[in-house]
Amino acid sequence: MRHGRYPFIIGFLAAPVLLYVVFVVSPYLQAFYISLTDWKGVSANPRFIGLENFSRLLDDEVFWAAVRHHGVLLLAMPLVTIVIALFFSFLLNLGGGQRGGRMTGIGGSQVYRVIFFLPQVLAVAIVGVLFQTIYRPDGSGVINGLLGKIGIEPVGWLIEPGLALWSIIGVVVWQAVGFYVVLFSAGMSSIPSDVFEAAALDGAGRFTLFFKITLPLLWDTMQVAWVYLGIAAFDCFALVQVLSVDRGGPDNSTTVLPMEIWRTAFNFSKFGYASAMGVALFFMTITFAALTLRVTRRERIEF
Amino acid sequence: MATDTAGKPATRPGTAHGRPKRRRSPLGVFGSLSHLALLVWAILIIGPILWTFLASFKTNAEIFGDPITLPASLGWDSWGRAWEKAHIGQYLLNTVFVVVCSTAATMLLGSMAAYVLARYTFPGNRAIYFLFVSGMTFPVFLALVPLFFVVKNLGLIDTHLGVILVYTAYSLPFTVFFLSAFFKTLPTSVAEAAMMDGCSHTRTFFQIMVPMARPGLISITIFNILGQWNQYLLPIVLLTGNVEDKWLITQGVANISTNAGYEADWPGMFAALSMSIIPVMIVYIIFQRQIQSGLTSGAVK
Repeated sequence: MRHGRYPFIIGFLAAPVLLYVVFVVSPYLQAFYISLTDWKGVSANPRFIGLENFSRLLDDEVFWAAVRHHGVLLLAMPLVTIVIALFFSFLLNLGGGQRGGRMTGIGGSQVYRVIFFLPQVLAVAIVGVLFQTIYRPDGSGVINGLLGKIGIEPVGWLIEPGLALWSIIGVVVWQAVGFYVVLFSAGMSSIPSDVFEAAALDGAGRFTLFFKITLPLLWDTMQVAWVYLGIAAFDCFALVQVLSVDRGGPDNSTTVLPMEIWRTAFNFSKFGYASAMGVALFFMTITFAALTLRVTRRERIEF
Repeated sequence: MATDTAGKPATRPGTAHGRPKRRRSPLGVFGSLSHLALLVWAILIIGPILWTFLASFKTNAEIFGDPITLPASLGWDSWGRAWEKAHIGQYLLNTVFVVVCSTAATMLLGSMAAYVLARYTFPGNRAIYFLFVSGMTFPVFLALVPLFFVVKNLGLIDTHLGVILVYTAYSLPFTVFFLSAFFKTLPTSVAEAAMMDGCSHTRTFFQIMVPMARPGLISITIFNILGQWNQYLLPIVLLTGNVEDKWLITQGVANISTNAGYEADWPGMFAALSMSIIPVMIVYIIFQRQIQSGLTSGAVK
């Protein structure tokens, strides 16, 4: 049995570990070092400058604009997505009431689930291109065309600094809702139906059923959803890159850290500074995930 | 609705077939409103996609006119232009090639590593496992700059091989994490019996364990195919040079949309967009059940 065990283990692990170390681990480790240098890609030996990049970051207006946008994304995007997704998944799983002793969704729920999930399989970059024309600022844009029919002047969805970020958040929500409908549906279907039956016998209405039973029992799934959406809020690169005017504009009103990292590195060749932003992004993501898990920790409800 | 059902237990045995008759009354206003909400969202999803298809048949003038009209005639020439002149056909083929190779490599290497880490004890097992799993928590943007130079120094920048290796490496953390949990749940007795009969470790893996792990392998394969097909950041970093013939579909379409303003071939742009959406939609409609369960099981770590 033990014969050939170690050659086998090494044989199976060598290729994946090598690939992983070369392309994933080593870049991550290097990034921390590069963030402490003033590397601009020309010199072979980047100069070590300690924390200078980070102190420059503190005075960088664009950096803070990006951080602010992450804050908005972090609060608004998960909230809207989760509320809509919860509402729909409640309708699709329990909204039909009790039938034959089982809780059912309202009619056609299978079809809705297929349609809602569809944007999830489309590439974010493709979705960005799609919405470019939908958000077009004149009457030829789909939304403005529709608004024009009821006599509303065209709105500059992506060129109005106060509006552009929200237009982008709209696209994120558009794409994400279906995924969380399916996720919450899975959570709801794992709640034993006798819980609902008992509540229904006691005369619980739809609202009680939703707020007092479904919501608390779904807490774990919602926590997962929030962490996922939060991490997505730190990673809005493709949409911002494709959708926003001037890559993060107008006037940096939609820029996000990944966008700045990419631009600083590959447009301006400031690799050290870009890596410092990467390190900042890393700590923000980690802090967010740890905080969310900690704050939302609750006693597990066993059923 | 609840009290209603409870109050009429006599009708219950027949409800399986009497369903449509009773459906309206317990739902009432709430029911119509919820149908309306669902319908509106469904239209919001399908509307933009349908509009894109229609726009590919329009003329430039029609596109810049009223957006809520049908095209005057159905001509396919914009599709031909997108396929030939905008190289969408080439980009699609490139993407298929890259995704097939990198998903295959991810599944092979990922399942091998996961299997060993899940079912063999050896010094360093946990360390290697956590090395893989920690990759899930790091934002890829942190690695972006050094990654570019690692690939460049290996001479793999602007090559499909470089993209394939990077896709595979970045898909490994989740694949290993997911599959090692899966391999742990499989019964040990079958593998042990095979080994007793003189099956080597390698053969046991490929002929016994892989077939047994099929459901898990399918979920994670779907997860990887979609993730890699939709990747945008890595191609624009790794295929930036003067290699337009090597571009991938997301990159190609995004580029057409930024250039469309100058060339002013909007119908061609929409045809390109439609062509990049249609294959994914067909695959989705056929496999929607597996895709939904695959992607959501991928999310709940």
